[in-house]
Amino acid sequence: MSVIGDLKDSRGLLVNLTLREVRGKYKRTLLGQGWSLLNPIAVLLIYTLVFGFVLRVPVPIGENSGVQIFALYLACGLIPWTFFSNSVTSGMGALLGNANLLRKVYFWRPTLVVASVFAWDVTFAIELLVLMAALLIVGSMPLPWLPLLLLAVVLLTVFALGIALMLSVANVYFRDTQHFVSIGMQLWFYATPIVYPYSLIQDQADRMAADGNGFPLETIYRLNPMERFVSVFRSMLYDNTWPQWGDVLFCVVVAAASLGIGIWVFTRSQHRLVEEL
Amino acid sequence: MSAAPAVEVEGVAKRFRMYRERNQSLKAALMRGGRASFDEYWALKDVSFEIPQGSTFALIGENGSGKSTLLKCIARILEPERGRIRTHGSVAALLELGSGFHPELSGRENVFLNGSILGMTKRELERKFDEIVDFAGIEPFIDQPVKNYSSGMYMRLGFSVAINVDPDILLVDEVLAVGDAAFQEKCMEKFVDFRRAGKTVVIVSHAMGSMRTLCDQAAWLDRGSLLDIGRADAIVDRYVDKGHEKGVAPGTAGGANAEARVGSGEARLTTVEMLDASGTPATSFRTGDPVTVRVGYECTERVEQPAFALAMDTVDGMRFWAHHTRDGGLELPFIEGTGHVDLVIPALALQPYTIDLSARILDHTLTHTYDFRRHCYRFVVETGDHRESGGVVALGGRWTADLPASASETAV
Repeated sequence: MSVIGDLKDSRGLLVNLTLREVRGKYKRTLLGQGWSLLNPIAVLLIYTLVFGFVLRVPVPIGENSGVQIFALYLACGLIPWTFFSNSVTSGMGALLGNANLLRKVYFWRPTLVVASVFAWDVTFAIELLVLMAALLIVGSMPLPWLPLLLLAVVLLTVFALGIALMLSVANVYFRDTQHFVSIGMQLWFYATPIVYPYSLIQDQADRMAADGNGFPLETIYRLNPMERFVSVFRSMLYDNTWPQWGDVLFCVVVAAASLGIGIWVFTRSQHRLVEEL
Repeated sequence: MSAAPAVEVEGVAKRFRMYRERNQSLKAALMRGGRASFDEYWALKDVSFEIPQGSTFALIGENGSGKSTLLKCIARILEPERGRIRTHGSVAALLELGSGFHPELSGRENVFLNGSILGMTKRELERKFDEIVDFAGIEPFIDQPVKNYSSGMYMRLGFSVAINVDPDILLVDEVLAVGDAAFQEKCMEKFVDFRRAGKTVVIVSHAMGSMRTLCDQAAWLDRGSLLDIGRADAIVDRYVDKGHEKGVAPGTAGGANAEARVGSGEARLTTVEMLDASGTPATSFRTGDPVTVRVGYECTERVEQPAFALAMDTVDGMRFWAHHTRDGGLELPFIEGTGHVDLVIPALALQPYTIDLSARILDHTLTHTYDFRRHCYRFVVETGDHRESGGVVALGGRWTADLPASASETAV
């Protein structure tokens, strides 16, 4: 497959573009890379205040870890989600944002999208490390799952990359895409058990069943790939248990499908890309 | 040098879509039923030719002739609708210098970034880093963010990275005019090195003078089709002649030409023409010919103490001569109605070249322009009895040598 060859040839470029993204992101700010931690901490604080303190969402107890802290429960879902949402959003804008470059130089086009997703991987890794340190302090022990955690990061990256590839070309042809996506992302966020536990959905499904409503709420809810990803991350980090293998398999399948479709869409629509920019 | 061509262009056609509505939104697309309405425009129509390996090849043509589109197709930035382009060897394009620079990153970081965009590996870049910085001449600033660079420094660094990519085929678009004279000379040297190394250079430019000397072959594109191909000097001359025919014919005065014309208009230039020895207007002269430049005027009112000025530019844009009546010692108390002034040139001290004449009527302070016609008369100088070897002016110098007595005796 030529895609792999192209990727190999663009290795050096990919590294440099990723570094450009990482370095450029917080250039000229007083706190520099500190922002990559301050941002999620601020979001975490706000959500903890609203959902943990005001709305009093029930906090599940970590299955093996015994931890019961809403902020950490939230972080185990929020950090993967933030990575996903940021990579899709910035990957989507990567072609338009580098229009000047695309018009003047030939290089393997997907490199731009891949680099912007990889740049968020750096942030993701830092956040996960901080999260694990916090978990260790309160008595959770996620370290044995580190290899599997790495795999989950890779799968989530591939999943996000595929979607970013699709949306990046779509965004060139239809500038509306980015606005639709920002709405869609909010919807998707609340459709995923991040600020609330999955048990609330189960309760709702039970109540509907008791009322004689046959709507398959749980089945539909679990079709959401991000629900699977979040539950994989959470079981390893918060509960210290093996993730459900069905979830892992689901993640592998959606990641592969997303990347496959992403590459297909991208290569099919890149012919007139430069003219449309 | 092998006989295989470096670039093969086979029946290439490129279409652009010109959207009737500038609206690239989903709503607009849905309302039209998924298809945007657009006009087609063929920027290239079935162009075929070959660029031999090791040649310096010029693509010439007017604006909109498709030469830049073709260059972008060769660079793979654009994909042609039909036909194909085969390139043998690595290709690098100098289309816009420093286009991949990130303003917040330092010069050093940008060299590595830009180099890798152009296809260099990290190891190559490390090896050539000093050479690149040295060539650009910006050592003291290499760790500064490039947004603090002057535009000249920015361009020089961009050029320096690109030229050091060392491709087999180098594509250049209008970037020959970078930096000061010293830097331009360095660039020219680099091109010559390139040629000597048997590499291929493809250039798009409007600087016909330098194209004529720099390139050995040229293709002339006109509205998307290949008009002519062959030796660069012959093609460039034919192209310039064609532009001459279309542009400024002798005796076309007044508003017939839309070329740059400014002025308050109390006095206007009517005819600007050059007369040969017999007093008839001509557009072709020989080195050493007597020439009279006749500048006709027309006044709507009495104009006190006017001055007339003439200037000459080479066809590639170099101003090499100017002269006005005040410096020439001709004091005109006033002009009224119509009339003309003459500048008598006893012998045209120019070498074969195509030259544009500009004329101007000024007030006595030389700061106010009544009328100015830029490049209103084009003429060609051909080789005369006296022949000099290169450049624009013929100084009429004579060689002598202080030979040893024995040598001069044999010479006599």
